[in-house]
Amino acid sequence: MTDEGPLGRLLRTDPRDVGCDEAWALVHVYAELVAAGADPEEQFPGVTAHLAQCGPCAEDFQGLLVQLRDGVADQPSDRRST
Amino acid sequence: MDPESRVWVDGLTATGPDHDDAVARLHALLLRMARAEASRRSGWHGIRGPELDDLAHQAADDAAVSVLRKVEGFRGESRFTTWACAFAIHEVAGKFGRHVWRRDGVRLDEGSWEQVPERLGTGPESLAESRALLEALRRAVDSELTPHQRTVFVALVVDGVPLEVLAAELGSNRNALYKTMFDARRKLRLHLETHGYLEGGGRP
Repeated sequence: MTDEGPLGRLLRTDPRDVGCDEAWALVHVYAELVAAGADPEEQFPGVTAHLAQCGPCAEDFQGLLVQLRDGVADQPSDRRST
Repeated sequence: MDPESRVWVDGLTATGPDHDDAVARLHALLLRMARAEASRRSGWHGIRGPELDDLAHQAADDAAVSVLRKVEGFRGESRFTTWACAFAIHEVAGKFGRHVWRRDGVRLDEGSWEQVPERLGTGPESLAESRALLEALRRAVDSELTPHQRTVFVALVVDGVPLEVLAAELGSNRNALYKTMFDARRKLRLHLETHGYLEGGGRP
């Protein structure tokens, strides 16, 4: 029997995984829960499962968390945007 | 829905000057968000400077279109700005992928199976064991996957093509390719478990 290792982990799938579109449709709620210090896994197990498996969505999610933490939405607009 | 979000939704679903004003504010917001995300990713794939800002503008433009198309479905489960931010970030990610694809193209079938374990982080002490599994995996990719699954799996795992770049190459999207990979991974795992290369119950 071969040890699991990274190759075995690559092939693991989680049946709760909702996929990119469904996860991303809920990520705004999920991110606010995380930013508030709550644990969203119980409410959104499929999103948690997806973010654990999908590198691109996890990266985007990190970007969203950074913006919430930095309050980007509440900053004044850049003059160059007009 | 919180009062600030209500103002956004009312403005964007209004008509006349109120709508125009809300759209202008939305675009300014999305551009700020797109620039922040593009800046966070600055240097990835060598994208920086004016190229990066142009990419942020394109992302903000497309995110605004998506937000306006979907705003009537926004139910206030989060702040409006958080909901809108998700569109900006998603567009930035897609623009990075398409930019790299247009600039560099995609080189398929140039990767080496032998480099896969190390790329995935297999330590030297496990490389010998991994080789047996790798050979079994390689055979399973040929025998068990559909041609499309094989193309996607090899491109992402063996050739190391980023998913967004492959989506641009294949005229597909992230969700479709992820679904293809999900099915391929499940099929390969089951095959390798059946043949004793991996233990059953491969849940994360």
